[in-house]
Amino acid sequence: MTGRGPSGTNPTHPGRRPAAVLPEGPTGAARSLERLADVLLRTVAPLLLALASGGLIVFALGADPFAFYSDVLRLGTSGSGSQQTLTAMAPLLLVALGLIVAFRAQLWNLGYGGSYLLSAAVVAGSAPDAFAVLPYPIALLALFVAAVAIGALLGLVPALLKAYKGTNEVITSLMMSFIAMGIANLLIRGVFKDPGVSVPQTRVLDLGLMLPYLPGTRVHIGVLLALGVMIVAHFVLTKSAFGLKIDVIGANPAAATHAGIDVKRMILVVFTLSSALIALAALVDMLGLWGYSRAEWNPGYGDKILPFVFLARLSPLGAIPLVGLYSVLATGGTIAAQRAGLSVDLLSVIVALVLFFMVAIEFLGTRVNLGRSYLGRGRFGRRARGGAE
Amino acid sequence: MRDPAPTLRVRGVTKRFGAVVANDDVSFEAWPGEVHCLLGENGAGKSTLISMLAGLRLPDHGTLEIDGESRELASPAVSLAQGIGIVYQHSALIPTMTVIDNLVLAQAGFWLDNAKARGHLAELNDLLGTEIDPRALVGELGLGQQQQLEIARAMWAAPKLLVLDEPTSMLSRQGIEDLMLSIRRLTAHGVAVLLVTHKLDEAIALGDRVTVLREGRVVRRFRADELKRDGEDHGAALILDAMFGGAEMRPRMPTAEHRPESRGIDGAVLDALVIEGVSTARGSEGTPLEQVSLHLRRGEILGVAGIDGHGQRHLAEVIAGQRAPTEGSILFEGRDITAANVRARQRLGIRYVTDDRLREGVVGSFTVALNLLLKRIGERPFWRFGRMDRSKVLAHAEQLIEQYGIRASSPDVSAGTLSGGNIQKILIARELTDDPNVVVFNKPSYGLDVRTARLVHEQILRVADSGGSVLLISTDLDELVGLANRTVVLARGRIVARIENDGDRVRERLGEAIVGSASR
Amino acid sequence: MSEAMLTAFLLAMFASMIPLLLAALGESVGEQAGVLNVGLEGVLLVGGYAAFAATLASGSFWLGFLSGALAGAALQSVLMVLSVWANANQIVVGIGMTLAGAGASSMLYDWSFAGSRPRLGLPDTWVVFPLSEIPVIGPVLFARPGMFTLTFALAAATAVWLSRTAPGLRLRAAGQRPAALDAAGGNVIRIRSFAVLFGGAMAGLGGAYLALVSAGTFTPGMTHGLGFLAIVVAMLSRGRVWWTVGISLVYGLFIAAGTALQLTSVTVPNDVITMAPFVAVMIVLVSSRGGSALPPALATSYVRGAR
Repeated sequence: MTGRGPSGTNPTHPGRRPAAVLPEGPTGAARSLERLADVLLRTVAPLLLALASGGLIVFALGADPFAFYSDVLRLGTSGSGSQQTLTAMAPLLLVALGLIVAFRAQLWNLGYGGSYLLSAAVVAGSAPDAFAVLPYPIALLALFVAAVAIGALLGLVPALLKAYKGTNEVITSLMMSFIAMGIANLLIRGVFKDPGVSVPQTRVLDLGLMLPYLPGTRVHIGVLLALGVMIVAHFVLTKSAFGLKIDVIGANPAAATHAGIDVKRMILVVFTLSSALIALAALVDMLGLWGYSRAEWNPGYGDKILPFVFLARLSPLGAIPLVGLYSVLATGGTIAAQRAGLSVDLLSVIVALVLFFMVAIEFLGTRVNLGRSYLGRGRFGRRARGGAE
Repeated sequence: MRDPAPTLRVRGVTKRFGAVVANDDVSFEAWPGEVHCLLGENGAGKSTLISMLAGLRLPDHGTLEIDGESRELASPAVSLAQGIGIVYQHSALIPTMTVIDNLVLAQAGFWLDNAKARGHLAELNDLLGTEIDPRALVGELGLGQQQQLEIARAMWAAPKLLVLDEPTSMLSRQGIEDLMLSIRRLTAHGVAVLLVTHKLDEAIALGDRVTVLREGRVVRRFRADELKRDGEDHGAALILDAMFGGAEMRPRMPTAEHRPESRGIDGAVLDALVIEGVSTARGSEGTPLEQVSLHLRRGEILGVAGIDGHGQRHLAEVIAGQRAPTEGSILFEGRDITAANVRARQRLGIRYVTDDRLREGVVGSFTVALNLLLKRIGERPFWRFGRMDRSKVLAHAEQLIEQYGIRASSPDVSAGTLSGGNIQKILIARELTDDPNVVVFNKPSYGLDVRTARLVHEQILRVADSGGSVLLISTDLDELVGLANRTVVLARGRIVARIENDGDRVRERLGEAIVGSASR
Repeated sequence: MSEAMLTAFLLAMFASMIPLLLAALGESVGEQAGVLNVGLEGVLLVGGYAAFAATLASGSFWLGFLSGALAGAALQSVLMVLSVWANANQIVVGIGMTLAGAGASSMLYDWSFAGSRPRLGLPDTWVVFPLSEIPVIGPVLFARPGMFTLTFALAAATAVWLSRTAPGLRLRAAGQRPAALDAAGGNVIRIRSFAVLFGGAMAGLGGAYLALVSAGTFTPGMTHGLGFLAIVVAMLSRGRVWWTVGISLVYGLFIAAGTALQLTSVTVPNDVITMAPFVAVMIVLVSSRGGSALPPALATSYVRGAR
């Protein structure tokens, strides 16, 4: 999963050390067995613990946890449920990839909410007119360009501030996110509002104009697109010189400058790419699934997929099954929660628990083998520095 | 007159880190009113010992006795309460706070009483013979004053034992002399001083007793009279024997045949690098350059002397292409390269061995093999169409590991796990491969053990001998006198003196130029 | 503008200002100690829910505020354990806290009050006679719930604590250079732990004030980004408490002005008003010198000996 370079070591995850580091490392089969156990412990254990804790919460709120989880599994994987799960994966995969690209460079793009919603508003708001005026493929291309441009612009602001002024991108991307959400709401209540209905929402796109389904299913082709992008991105990020440069910046920005990597330019490229991918998720989601957007609506994809992105150790290929797992949980869990008389927000709590357990297990792993981490040590903006030069 | 018990008695202390024994059955005493020097090269176990005295670590075996009582120094607070004051090798001051804030940090009580603290600082200023301004921001003090403040901080709670860890490594000659005076004043007041150093002359000049550590063990103990009886050279020879064992292991500065004046430089050839009136912008770190002009001839080693933090970093970065000058120009073999980036200069053979080895020089979580190619990511033949050729990368790494004697069990080891000396070898190997023309070495032997430092010096000479040019930035005058053809002195971002290495009191003239510029 | 309108305006201003001020004070203390909590939004919501539920159950607003503070500190103890003790990345844990706090408060609200949707009465006020009889200012400043007065007392105490006391100096040292504090015998982990718990209690109080006083009820997601705004207020004020008070006041003024405008013929869309503080912050960030606002050791974990 993390094969890279001459070492088989993924630089962003110093934990994946080759056995050669160890004084008398195990070899061959023992080594791969050890790695398998390692992956199981650090990826599966947080999931199981979070699901178990979620079950306790369900129980504490007076519902039957076993019935709840069997509902989740059944509703999320069987028949139309599995098709819904696959459909839900399309935007989630692209959002996950957007986060992965930025986080690998240790750039904290927290503006995912705004990038998604503003692009969604513009795509949903202008799609009916675009399809009416332009030939289908050209309209599609125009919408694609619009969505990606919006995402890129939203990412460019924090990136420019980070690259040229050193302003902390956590704050600027968050602020841009709230501003973008505000603009999205304004647009939906204003120019994009469907005059035919009282609630502030865009016109609903005609079903025939939406992305086509895969033959024999009700799953739109956006899923394939997202999977394709993920796989390509995986090889770019883990095998190419470009991906390696991102990793150098993520691991040690000072060394990147020293090595002649244009860090400022890379920050701009990575940040805009990240935001553009999230905007692309909005395009796929609007044209594939929803067909309209509503004011104050927020699916919160980024927040919920973020723990899984870390669980996948920022590997795009590793993220695919985890995104799938979350989709099952989201699709099946929404109805299962209703049946159990619980709020859907139970899912947010479970997702947060995944993250907490992952961090805790990471810590225990660190105690056993110093130097293991899913992220570099405390890298954030400027680093703590000594007094003298 | 002597108290019945020493201020500090270290008795049979052993400390292990995994398989490494950092301290092995170490015993010695520090008496009131005496300077006890703990001498040893890097890796001899000095830092581990200090960390135990500071309460940062506990010994595995053995005891630490204060005034005859065995104490468990479980935390820095306990260590302070037991009357131990420590001046750490790396600054323990907060540059963004004032002098007074830094001093009262360790103080008990609830309210901050600045008036009282200023009074106490005045007393300490008298005791140490210093003039530290209580209102100054620490980051704006000079290095000498910061060092005095470090001692004032360690002396704040009137400790019985003052531990100084390599206190002179950052100081000018004048600063060292001031420090020695301060130490003498403290011992006169009955304070026991433990001076930890790897410099022989300091140990001989200051030590009432000298204990030599090697590979974690005490190998010799001297009294001052033993060392001084037959002259300082003889004393130095005794200590060297203890530190390094046999004569063949001894460190050696460049020998006569490598003396720059004997290498002869053809004055007629082109200058390799010319810097004309270069200034840099004031940034978050480092002193900016003001109107610096230099020319570096082929085959020449040009030294840059000066107190650390006077613009050396900006000078190195301007040449490497990491920092853009605000004015002035840089010419390489007559071509203006002011606008060229790091990559372009790298290809021209302009190389930079940084002094910030861990934070800038290597990516600690990457393998040695990748670190050796860090400046050539994406370049042929190691990458083709954006994809890395593993076998070429590995072969390249194996060859350099062999050639430069990098002690790594394989090219796959993360660079961060190697020692400082081996990391420096990685940097040198990386910068000196593929036709170096102009190499900037920034404090190349700082913090290295004597043997590795010697290897580094040989590499510097090798560059010059093969027709390359070297800009050697150093705070070590012996290094500059031993290697450089000429030396310029940098102070506050300006060149204040240019001194030919003509064999005529060069060290003294350099020292005077540095001290003179600093006090101006 | 009539006297009644002015009073209403000032009340609206304080209703927006106080929750932000409380949360920003707590965040400030954490940031000064070197801990960045990006999960403040979740802490506000949990504090608000706990305060609301406790007040409904007990009838006592003071018990409500206490519960809010305790719930806030409880959620922040996750940050303490994972980031301060176990050196986990503070941003990652913070995002988890936003999720957990928003999710848990909404889930519990649905579970307990979704059907009834209860509202609270008015809290008791501390009337400072005769100051309370001053027109306009009197009822706004001197006949307010006790928590109103207490907030300003807490701000003053925090200001004194950070700038005039030895524990405050040590707390700032933990954010500037933890290794120096350690060498001086201070306990970095303990100080940071305390700062995080204090921040949680303050944010919990902020959420409680929002629910109990400003809104009179709790609704899921009622903070609408207030927690994120508090983070920015804390960063902009750089540990200077009076700046925190001032910026929070400006925010309150702004929100009140927006509400007042809606009563006039000028129509400003609500979205513009909710967006405006974030735009203002962006303008400040764009025009100020970057980076200098933050303690050097912010969001870095402290491991002894790792330099």
